[in-house]
Amino acid sequence: MLRWLKPLLALLSAVVLAWVLNTQQGQVPPLGRLLSPYSGFWQNGETAADFPARQTLRLPGLHQTVRVRFDDRRVPHIFAENDHDLYYAQGYLTARDRLWQMEFMTRVAAGRISEVVGERALEYDRFQRRMGLPFGAENSLREMLKNDTTRLVLESYSAGVNAYISQLSPKEYPFEYKLLDYAPEPWQPLKCALLLKLMAWDLSGRSDDLRLSNVLSKYGPDVTRDLFPDFPFRADPVVPEGTPLDFKPLAVPPVPAPFAAAVSGLEPSREPDAELGSNNFALAGSRTASGRPLLANDPHLQLNLPSIWYQVQLHGPGQNVYGVTIPGAPAVIIGFNTDVAWGVTNVGGDVLDWYQLKFKDARRREYWHDGRWKPVRRVVERIAVRGRPDQLDTVLYTHHGPVVYDHDEKTFNAQTPVRHALRWTAHEAAGANEVLAFVKLNHARNYQDYDRALRTYASPAQNFIFASRSGDVAIRPNGRFPLKYAEQGKFILDGSDPRQDWQGWIPMSQTPRVLNPARGYVSSANQHSAGPGYPYYLGWDYAPWDRAHRINQQLSHMRRATADTLRVLQNDNLGLNAQLMLPWMLAHLPAVSGNPAADIATTLAARRALARWRYHYAAEAVEATIFELWYQDLVRRLWEDDFGKAATGLEMRFPARDRTNQLLLAEPRSPWLDDRRTPQKETAPDLLAASLQFALDSLTRKFGPLGPKWAWANQKSTDINHLAQLPGFGHQDIACGGSPGSVNATGPRNGPSWRMVVDLSTPVRAYGIFPGGQSGNPASAHYDDMLESWRTGKLDELVFLQAADENHPRLQAAWRLEQ
Amino acid sequence: MKSFFILFLLIFVLASLAQLVLPWWVVLPLCLGLAAWRGGSAGAAFGAGLLGAALSWWLPAAWLNLHGAGLLAGRVATLLPLGGNSWRLVLLGGLLAGLVGGLAALAGAWGRAAAASQ
Repeated sequence: MLRWLKPLLALLSAVVLAWVLNTQQGQVPPLGRLLSPYSGFWQNGETAADFPARQTLRLPGLHQTVRVRFDDRRVPHIFAENDHDLYYAQGYLTARDRLWQMEFMTRVAAGRISEVVGERALEYDRFQRRMGLPFGAENSLREMLKNDTTRLVLESYSAGVNAYISQLSPKEYPFEYKLLDYAPEPWQPLKCALLLKLMAWDLSGRSDDLRLSNVLSKYGPDVTRDLFPDFPFRADPVVPEGTPLDFKPLAVPPVPAPFAAAVSGLEPSREPDAELGSNNFALAGSRTASGRPLLANDPHLQLNLPSIWYQVQLHGPGQNVYGVTIPGAPAVIIGFNTDVAWGVTNVGGDVLDWYQLKFKDARRREYWHDGRWKPVRRVVERIAVRGRPDQLDTVLYTHHGPVVYDHDEKTFNAQTPVRHALRWTAHEAAGANEVLAFVKLNHARNYQDYDRALRTYASPAQNFIFASRSGDVAIRPNGRFPLKYAEQGKFILDGSDPRQDWQGWIPMSQTPRVLNPARGYVSSANQHSAGPGYPYYLGWDYAPWDRAHRINQQLSHMRRATADTLRVLQNDNLGLNAQLMLPWMLAHLPAVSGNPAADIATTLAARRALARWRYHYAAEAVEATIFELWYQDLVRRLWEDDFGKAATGLEMRFPARDRTNQLLLAEPRSPWLDDRRTPQKETAPDLLAASLQFALDSLTRKFGPLGPKWAWANQKSTDINHLAQLPGFGHQDIACGGSPGSVNATGPRNGPSWRMVVDLSTPVRAYGIFPGGQSGNPASAHYDDMLESWRTGKLDELVFLQAADENHPRLQAAWRLEQ
Repeated sequence: MKSFFILFLLIFVLASLAQLVLPWWVVLPLCLGLAAWRGGSAGAAFGAGLLGAALSWWLPAAWLNLHGAGLLAGRVATLLPLGGNSWRLVLLGGLLAGLVGGLAALAGAWGRAAAASQ
């Protein structure tokens, strides 16, 4: 028997090794399958032969022949004879380039990541479901399937995606499936709706209600009103003040008695980034060289690879449109056609509120509302977890919405188990159909079409800018806004008081709007939607005015502008905050004293440099680095003792930048300047000196002595990472200028995700770029071939064809898709 | 030496063909069976399995590295991490397959010896 021991041991080693290499080990991919040249990642390579200049693809379900031309950026130009084939082809070609990304993003939205990566994503998945993203998507889908147009669009698009998936054998799966070891699943229209909800989450999912309630309970209404005003001192709203109302406003609900929310230690987890924002602007023909309008848009989002956007031209019955799409959703989101152009920026309006609930008992089966106990609806979420049994999670729903934080909520008074229900426009679907709005915009020929298209666009609310070849320019902060009394939802609301419920909606015909203003331009940059003259309360916490004001200053000087004039404005690096604050900061900085000689030399050099700086956040600007850190630390020192968690034990937020600046500039004797934690009385010069010292010390530690290494690009360190954060698949430390507060709003992780300029003369000429490429395949040269142009602020001229057989020097391939 | 060379060639050719349609771990039963059939010394069997299986990966991986997959291989070699060098990835992959093949061939040769001495 013993003589069999050796062969058996050898065989066992071989089998164990093969098994280990064939299965995922923790976070290590199945190396045998991944590295096999027969079926692993080597098969994902891309050669010229993989992209023939001419070919005919046989696709089941097409009604007629679809012709597709590809240009040198690999943008598909799709020519279809009917709408079914058009959206089918869009789905098919998008999936061909972006299948893994589009499917992964729907899993992110739906809370289905654990299914792929196992237990470590479980809390993330639970949160997505408790926030009700899948709930909102299902509501939204129900409405969209009721409409014949959107049902056709969504089902055709899905059929196209599925036609691609069903062609794939495992060795042809996109790289990330092999790395993470799973397989694509069939596409459904629900996934398109999930992507819309993910956008709603990114763009309207932030809320400071709880932090403001804590401020209110600690400092009272007077301080809260003073430090957290509803309208800023420096304002340049989207709809200019003085724009006449063309409607008779509805009565606003009466203000109920104030509600003292229970102080809560709850820390909102997983909030979307506050810095996401965007610019758009359009010039009337009176200010342009061609006499026709110009329109520009650059949405600022987290910069990832594969790119957030996918360019496409759709030519079908009644439409010829070009622009960017969200991979996984049909139709063009931002773009232009032969007659009009449009773009979007986010509206910071308050469309997400929290209601404090009182349950009957610890079983939480009933809650108190309108003088009686009402039943709680319990929804069981089943979360599939790789390598584990499915996890069940019960989510409580009230008429307000879901109870998001259920277990991990700590309250200060153990006697009142406080829970909060969420009311959010992304959950509400009655009358809403965002896909229909985009399909109609794609077909639009004039202002009336734009007006009609926006009526079903609900969430996330956007500043839709518009320009037409016939000469109209317009903008409107558009979406479904709850009809609120002033400051309703600025703080936590009382979930038992029906007067604090949302009381209906601002009519879609009464959202703020302006058409062809006398000043000859329209614009937005996430600032306040309208001035105090607008009759409804929309919210209080918008982006600072900096980008908007700089844009308007520049636009107001433009005469005979061309597309390039707007491109230059998109790349404008001027920091208005620095322009406002730095002269004051330098003037009030005490004379240098007391420090070691080396420090004094650095401080003097820094002060000299700052005094010469013209406030441009250029890539090489050392001054921008010093100012940003100095200002940030100044703000921290000003507010940390009063609103910081460590000093107060409460989750609060700092006053907005506009209010902070006002206090520093105009209220030198404000008691808030003092640091309560020290016995002496601090003044603004004390804070200025300490924060400058802090900034210079930390920069010296980070970069060495003051010099070119302190360049702004090094400090800002713009990274574009792969969606799954894979080292080697992104680009780090991109040398580019800009800052979150300048028009070129490029930060460490966020930035202009698509820059577009459209010249609406005849024929329409358009320009665009995004920081990545059309292909999602990291083996392709088109994965990131636009990055360098983006980095240097250039735009590609977009190839806009009138017919499928048109000749154009940049066209490279012509395909036919046939049944 | 000759028996080593024949076994190596058999493994290389058959493993290359088999993996075109079957999963990569087909090298395991293949090396086991071929070594048991051909016999020879344990060292020669291990060497033939190792080199035969490894070469069945090295050749196509090297070719693909030069034809379309080099960019991606460089990224994967950063991820793993192998310093971003795609040739190291070619080498490593072949060695892993070779190790499985070598151990299986060793088991085959030893198994034949065990059966023969019965």
